[in-house]
Amino acid sequence: MKKILVLLLLAVVGFYTAETFFDIGFGKAPFVKSSEIKPVKDVYLHQTVQELKVANAVTSIVVNFRGFDTLGEVTVLFLSVTALGSILYKKRHHVGERSVLFSASSIVTSGSKLLFPAIVLLGAYVFIHGHLSPGGGFQGGVIIATGFLLMLLAYENYSVSHKGLAIVESLAGITFAGVGLLGFMNGGTFLQNFLATGTLNDLFSGGIIPIIYIAVGFKVAAELTGVIYTVLNEKGEQHG
Amino acid sequence: MDSTYFQYLDYAVYGTAVLVMLIGLYAALVKKSLLKIVIGLSIVDSGLNLLIVTLGYIKGGTAPIFSPGYNGTQAMVDPIPQALVLTAIVIGFGVTAVALSLVIRLWRHHHTLYIDEIKNLKW
Repeated sequence: MKKILVLLLLAVVGFYTAETFFDIGFGKAPFVKSSEIKPVKDVYLHQTVQELKVANAVTSIVVNFRGFDTLGEVTVLFLSVTALGSILYKKRHHVGERSVLFSASSIVTSGSKLLFPAIVLLGAYVFIHGHLSPGGGFQGGVIIATGFLLMLLAYENYSVSHKGLAIVESLAGITFAGVGLLGFMNGGTFLQNFLATGTLNDLFSGGIIPIIYIAVGFKVAAELTGVIYTVLNEKGEQHG
Repeated sequence: MDSTYFQYLDYAVYGTAVLVMLIGLYAALVKKSLLKIVIGLSIVDSGLNLLIVTLGYIKGGTAPIFSPGYNGTQAMVDPIPQALVLTAIVIGFGVTAVALSLVIRLWRHHHTLYIDEIKNLKW
């Protein structure tokens, strides 16, 4: 009975949601009232190339046009990691015992030792080139965190220094906010670009955008590694 | 609805995204295991992200990246929904992480994940 009710409710919700989108249409150029008003997309794409000299338009929107929003997003990520740590808080003597108690085979351990530097390098590449190619701080940070996940799964006694993670995370957050505040001194608004923008498609181009994205990459990598480490060290009271 | 412009395949694109969303909602509403409810919420997230990204698509458009290979005339898809979805994915990760930590906490307290057996909250 409950399932039928739920299915009916979902059918109604789905029908009206889908119908709204069917009316909008798929793959059309955006609707404009007159030729003088340009859609937001065109303005952003134009400014991305002409003023910011950033190749990746998504990066320029995330870090520059909506940079304040990204600062909030990073704060939400930090808050969720803090909440995770405080919800799963334990007394000292419980910490250090892993819930994954079996040891990995030698193929896994030596293979992951070989792969770990390559994964970290790939992550660093992705967030350093965030303004030139697909990718960016969040993606690169997640790739680095997967490298740490591999090491934590392969080695039973592999541990990450919580103090080190906290220092990296705080320094990256301070860099983001500090670069944003420097905009007040040089230009006028928060997160305003004050460095030379260079030429399009150069590694050193885009002013403050690469600096901010590198800081975001470090922050995301540290936070996700912290999440993985906290959850992996969660020992069940009884096994089963 | 302009039937000459809006083909059957175009219905499928939005339909799939909405369907993914509904599957997640069904799991969150009907399933009894807390883990399955969290998985359902995360499926809703994926469906919504898919829906928002599809909204910015332009037929024949290319990725919004001005790489050296770009010819300068081809239309580009809307980068704004993609930037918004980038934000939404990270927030979704945060929500899932906190929800799973609450599930772990409940397991520690009750030694069960089935919401029928956790009776403290009923009144």
